[in-house]
Amino acid sequence: RDFNERCAQCSEVNWGLTDGGRFYCRSCHNVTERTREVVNTDFITNSRVQSISKGLKKQEKTDGGCEWYICEGFQLVLKKQVEALEALGVCPQMKDEILCNFWRCYLQKSKQAYCKRPAGETVKALSVCESSTDVDSDPERPSLLHLLSLSESEGDLQTDCSFASSLSKVSESTSVYSGSVDGSLYLMKNQKEKLRMTMPMTLSFCYMALLWVREPITLSELLRFVVEGHIPYLNVFQHFPEKMKLCGLDLKIFCVESWPVYEEVFNKMHELAAFLDLPRFPDITESCFLHPDMLCMKYLMEANLPDELHNWTCRVVKKIGIGEVDFLTLMPGNKSTRKVKYDVLAAAVIVVVLKLLFLLDDHYEWLLSEFAEERNKNNTEVCMFYSGGPYFEFKKWYEVVKHSLDVEQKKLDEERAKYLWRCEKPLFYSVKNKSKVLKRRQMVVNLQNQFGKLSGSVQHAEKPNPSSFQLSWSEENTDGSCFHGHSLKGILQEKYGLLTAMNPDYWLCTVKLCNEKLCGHLAHYREVEFPQSYHFVLGLFSFLLRIQPSYIHDEVCMIEHKLFNKKLCKKLKYNTVLRK
Amino acid sequence: SSNEHKLNFKKSKEACLSYIQDALLQKQWKRAAEFLTCYVESLEKDYSREHIGPSEMIWRIGTEILWHHSQSSMKEFNCFMEQMKTLGVKRYLKVCLEHVFHLLCNGQIDEAYQNLSLAESWRFGEQTAIQDKEMKLIQAYRGLLDYCSWSKQKNILLEHGEDGFADLAVEQEMHGYFRKAAVNLKEIIKIPGVWDVFVKCYVDLLEFYGDHNEARQVLNEYAYNSKFPANPNAHVYLYQFLKRQGESKKSLISALKILHDIVPSHELMIDFNTMLQKSKKRKKRRLGLEVIFGALDYAGWKENAKAWSCLARQLKQIVISEKHLDWIKQEWNSRKDWWPAFHFSRYLAKRNWQENKSLSYEKALVAGILLGKDCKYFKYVSHQGCKAQLKRFRMLKKFVTRHNPVYLRISG
Repeated sequence: RDFNERCAQCSEVNWGLTDGGRFYCRSCHNVTERTREVVNTDFITNSRVQSISKGLKKQEKTDGGCEWYICEGFQLVLKKQVEALEALGVCPQMKDEILCNFWRCYLQKSKQAYCKRPAGETVKALSVCESSTDVDSDPERPSLLHLLSLSESEGDLQTDCSFASSLSKVSESTSVYSGSVDGSLYLMKNQKEKLRMTMPMTLSFCYMALLWVREPITLSELLRFVVEGHIPYLNVFQHFPEKMKLCGLDLKIFCVESWPVYEEVFNKMHELAAFLDLPRFPDITESCFLHPDMLCMKYLMEANLPDELHNWTCRVVKKIGIGEVDFLTLMPGNKSTRKVKYDVLAAAVIVVVLKLLFLLDDHYEWLLSEFAEERNKNNTEVCMFYSGGPYFEFKKWYEVVKHSLDVEQKKLDEERAKYLWRCEKPLFYSVKNKSKVLKRRQMVVNLQNQFGKLSGSVQHAEKPNPSSFQLSWSEENTDGSCFHGHSLKGILQEKYGLLTAMNPDYWLCTVKLCNEKLCGHLAHYREVEFPQSYHFVLGLFSFLLRIQPSYIHDEVCMIEHKLFNKKLCKKLKYNTVLRK
Repeated sequence: SSNEHKLNFKKSKEACLSYIQDALLQKQWKRAAEFLTCYVESLEKDYSREHIGPSEMIWRIGTEILWHHSQSSMKEFNCFMEQMKTLGVKRYLKVCLEHVFHLLCNGQIDEAYQNLSLAESWRFGEQTAIQDKEMKLIQAYRGLLDYCSWSKQKNILLEHGEDGFADLAVEQEMHGYFRKAAVNLKEIIKIPGVWDVFVKCYVDLLEFYGDHNEARQVLNEYAYNSKFPANPNAHVYLYQFLKRQGESKKSLISALKILHDIVPSHELMIDFNTMLQKSKKRKKRRLGLEVIFGALDYAGWKENAKAWSCLARQLKQIVISEKHLDWIKQEWNSRKDWWPAFHFSRYLAKRNWQENKSLSYEKALVAGILLGKDCKYFKYVSHQGCKAQLKRFRMLKKFVTRHNPVYLRISG
């Protein structure tokens, strides 16, 4: 296709590809020695890349499989994921231009392809039982058991000791067992400098691409879509082509049995961006979805809070400068700036605003609520219409939201307990235990059928359509369960032409911030040390973002310290309450 | 630290199990089945480090659900059990045995017998030796079912015998069952354990065929061998056997001694006391008093008229003879603080009188002796009795009044 030479025999330019990857002239069927470097995101055989220099003899194994490399597997995974994102409405450039280029860059930098000596070369050395040319591998040949125990993922495969022990009998001279060519190499080498690819890292790639294109999907949303099954992750390998046989150590790489954690994906993404030497990402400006002003609006709606609070979130954002382009935009490799978690940040801003207005000390907010209740009782509907909605009552809001939250949390907990992790594609370490694995699968299917019938009217519900909002509140509800239009006037006062809160107090979550680099957190959250209302609010956003409350707490601490920076420097003596 | 809340396969299945557990406890079989359906894929992972693996969990939970679920049939149940048998070789015999129990509960004796025979013929390398105990149990239960068949044949024979028929075939069959049963039952009761039903059946067989010596030996072993766990029933069986054999009071009494120690509230304490009271030996009579007082310490005996009459009789006898009043004092010492409220309250007096006059009579006698004629119970009952013009109550009143000084000596 990009090969434009004239055929040596018939001088035509009409080329096709043989199965062996060589160009042949369609007119005269002359086969050349030239092979093509495949650059599209379809199934590549890296063997083609190598054959330029070496010329592999066999490409097809007897069992219908073929030789494939781990990175090709990951490429397929990424392809599936980005296609799913496209189906969700992400712009198509993401696949063909952005992610594709990121991936190629990664392959190049990690020396797995697109370079003179692909890392795959050293695999040969291993399998021919000669001394390894690896610099950092230990002198003894690692046994299978040793390889299985090296793990960054949790040791689920470790527990298949019985399999491992049967495999260790395999003689050391044959390559350590995997369907792929470089499975063992992948796990063995200390690839810290080269950023070895893992399944969670595929999501880091996706997120990085999404960030580059500034798509309106936050990381927490992305991860939620993964868990809900809209983005392939757990059993993606079942979409690998038949020829790519997956067994042995491949399973350790591709079969994950846990959901990726926000922190992990987030940190890896930044590592990746630095590793790829990427330039400054496109600016996050005020009109971007990821800007705190935008995200706050979304989360306020989802938390069923009055729209009026948005003015306050904007004020806080402006005051501490977290709406600035330079603060928000990612600059890879810049170690001095704190990495921005857009979703967590926005949630934390809302929490701070709630603390500013309602104090949330388990006392004041209920007091304010009582006042509001009184005023609401006395007002007529006409009055309310003119003054812009009823007074916002914290108590009512708490009851409504808590109820919905409890219902959703219960549903989520049950879903998590009912989650099915296995897929139809059977996995086995080796051909030896294939029959055992298949028998087990058959039994599992039988039992599922038997007990499924006894489950009553439960049927496998269709996957709900992915939605950006998990909680929704409608203004049309006459039961008053939607608080968007409610007014904050009961808790505000005018001072020098400016609206301020009636609440004069504020309590800091922590007086001194920890060193994040040392202990991983800015602060340490323990439920018992804080007011119940604060805990509730953290819990609400913790549910929406599917992360631990402590992460939001960290951001809250950070915002507070920026907000009260001057006063803090002066008044470090006072422990809890500061006057605004 | 982010690994703590990482949701993974293991945690997800743990959560699933706790939902199953809740559902089982609340007898929500449909819900339990729903979650079990999600749990079964645990079979595809190896849990060799865990104490109880998924296959055992699934076996036990599945059994419960299928046994109780309204839509489940015996056919499904059996099918499930067969699958479970293939799941774990180490548990094979155990699963077989439990399956047999369920079949028996469902009245499917023949199927149970077939399963037992099948299980008996199972061999699996070194597992056979490891699961030796279960194998013995299987053989024992097969022996038990053989005993049942023997029993049936015996009854048929007895019926025919009345009619004058002599059925040789039935008799032969009966003897055949006897042999099969005896062999297996004999084996199991050699092993220390609680084998009440096996022992009973075996002894029944031995007695029928006249082998009383063997029966006696078996029962003695069962009751007195210290390797066997303490078992009240062992003593009961021995006692009943000795009684059937017409043994002397002395041996009967010695058979009940340990029973009294283990279960002072056993119903045989009445027999025990009756025998002891009549004994010529002082020690035995003393023990008798201890026994009957001890039995009446228990709430379940409160309204047992026979027990009260035993105590009343013995107390009366002691009072009249004026010998061994110190016995009463000793026994009453530890009880005088709480027996009055426990047995002799005014409320009880009323109730006993209404419900059971004999009971109130005996109790009144006891109360009168122990607490004197002025105690609530005696006063009420004797008054009521005299009012009703019942002769024995008048006699009672006279007796107690006459012997009131005794009370003073006891309580002093």
